[in-house]
Amino acid sequence: MSRITNCFATLKAENTKALVAFITAGDPDLESTKSILDIIDDSGADIIELGVPFSDPLADGPVIQASALRSLKSGTTLKKIIALVKEIRQSRELPIVLMTSFNPVFVYGEKQFIKDAASAGVDGVIIPDLPPEEAGEFSASAEEKGIDMIHLLAPTSPDERVRMVAEHSRGFIYYISLTGTTGVRSELSEGLGDKVESIKQATNIPVLVGFGISGPDQARSAAAVSDGVIVGSAIVKLIEQNPDPAQRDSKLAEFVSSVKQAISGPN
Amino acid sequence: MDDKTKDMNLPDVRGHFGQFGGKYVIETLMPALEELEKLYNEARVDPKFQSDLKYYLKEYVGRPTPLYYAERLTKHLGGAKIYLKREDLNHTGAHKINNTIGSALLTLRMGKKRVIAETGAGQHGVATATAAALFGLKCDVFMGEEDIKRQSLNVFRMKLLGARVIPVSAGTRTLKDATSEAIREWITTVETTHYIIGSVVGPHPYPMIVRDFQRIIGDEASEQIMEVEKRMPDVCVACVGGGSNAMGLFFPFVENKSVKLVGIEAAGLGIETGKHGATLSHGSTGVLHGMMSYLLHDDDGQVQEAHSISAGLDYPGVGCEHSYLKTSGRAQYENITDEEALEGFKLLSSFEGIIPALESSHAIAHVAKMAPKMKKDEIIMVCLSGRGDKDVNQVADRMEADS
Repeated sequence: MSRITNCFATLKAENTKALVAFITAGDPDLESTKSILDIIDDSGADIIELGVPFSDPLADGPVIQASALRSLKSGTTLKKIIALVKEIRQSRELPIVLMTSFNPVFVYGEKQFIKDAASAGVDGVIIPDLPPEEAGEFSASAEEKGIDMIHLLAPTSPDERVRMVAEHSRGFIYYISLTGTTGVRSELSEGLGDKVESIKQATNIPVLVGFGISGPDQARSAAAVSDGVIVGSAIVKLIEQNPDPAQRDSKLAEFVSSVKQAISGPN
Repeated sequence: MDDKTKDMNLPDVRGHFGQFGGKYVIETLMPALEELEKLYNEARVDPKFQSDLKYYLKEYVGRPTPLYYAERLTKHLGGAKIYLKREDLNHTGAHKINNTIGSALLTLRMGKKRVIAETGAGQHGVATATAAALFGLKCDVFMGEEDIKRQSLNVFRMKLLGARVIPVSAGTRTLKDATSEAIREWITTVETTHYIIGSVVGPHPYPMIVRDFQRIIGDEASEQIMEVEKRMPDVCVACVGGGSNAMGLFFPFVENKSVKLVGIEAAGLGIETGKHGATLSHGSTGVLHGMMSYLLHDDDGQVQEAHSISAGLDYPGVGCEHSYLKTSGRAQYENITDEEALEGFKLLSSFEGIIPALESSHAIAHVAKMAPKMKKDEIIMVCLSGRGDKDVNQVADRMEADS
């Protein structure tokens, strides 16, 4: 069983929902990423989503764009991120998913990337600009090496696409909660529960909700209708606002555990 | 004959030109692309749509544009005969309006009330704002802050036409970032807004749609040259940023392999300086803005800055069909520096009384190099994609600084 599938089985047994925490690898630098990841894991995150910085992230709002830029300035590359995962794997067992634009992977070499990522201990990949239509060979290689190809669904996805995308997804489905780019919003969009419900009818794998989740309250509402939440910009913002490591770590611990607590209570 | 016909039938059903093209976008946009493709496939065979398009191109845009024999320039260069396809004479002063009229009609057909666009030199922004005014659509144009500075005339024109110009301060503050920001806006408003892309770039079906709306350049030109010269040209030349005027000129000739197709990219400050926009000559395959194509990027897949004196060629990507034509060997791609383009700008102004856009000046500069090496009975057809009024201030400042 893969670490991701295992993780969801445990969560189910504990009757709790998943918290996926997103951070941009290398923001502010890779050394910090390692300690940030330790804090987040210890504070209750179930899965880590490591963002690979790209010069032109089309699906990201200002917070993650700026974060990617800081990471690139500190010299982060995909190769270094894979090496970091390998290092993290010496001490950590939580599932690690890489989120990246397609071009860095394409330039790295798709097969080589999958091989290196798998041997470093990467469990899944999210590539927003690689829909199932373009992912054929990549998905096949990923499957072969035991890496879950996590696809996205959106409020705009009609039923046929929900079925098609669900069929191609492994690990979990990333449901984009709103029609827009990443970034915290004050409210969840209407109809979220219905849409997630319709996706769950098309698949047996977990459906997680991401984009726009700002804190415990929204996480609670989103988790109530899904299998868990993905929180990104809110965490990245904390990292940006707290350059002092000690302060940053305590804020992160506080925030992550508050979100985890919010989605763990009885629904 | 089989393989020739195949090229004209590209892209394939998945939107691919060989390995290039495709739909590399986030799920949120996939349904809109599918709808656009379906709607366009219906429109292209709908006689009413075609007659509306024809009407506006003739009565509003002023088509057909002349194919003008540049006699003094030909004599001055002393080689092949040079014909100019005068896209600069279109309403709004460039070829961009061929696409925006068609795309605005598609917008009406899909029942959307708002369009967005990206712009570099401002020509596509002006053409979109114009079509939006003509058809009563709301229009927002994304433009890099750097380009807003160097193309102030077009910024004013867009505002006058009722469009909002939204400055983009991210990254290089030029066309690449304006395109990224327009795509982000489209991700957010896709249910009510149509994105009118200005070139043969982006996810399928955009490269196909924009090419089809621009091929009127080549269709008219091939008829016109047959009328005057009773034969096809030997060479077609056009500048390539994203490459829509070039694709428009080239496409009808793709099957006719006796016609050489030459696209001219920006060599900027010189290829050796790394500050250029010569994507096809010096880039490699990559994925940006929804398609697989040639791209200027580093060993880690990070997109690099392009550079050109002309905002319209200042783009690190290029149309995916050009990438296909390059790798298949059907078209060649050369490049021209900022300095050479300025010479082309002055050359056409002084010998023909036509001030070309800095983008088109790249094509003129290349013609000035190649024509003298060709025989007098050979024919070059060059796309004069736009007029240079928008560039006059910039060139004047530069000439003043140089003197």
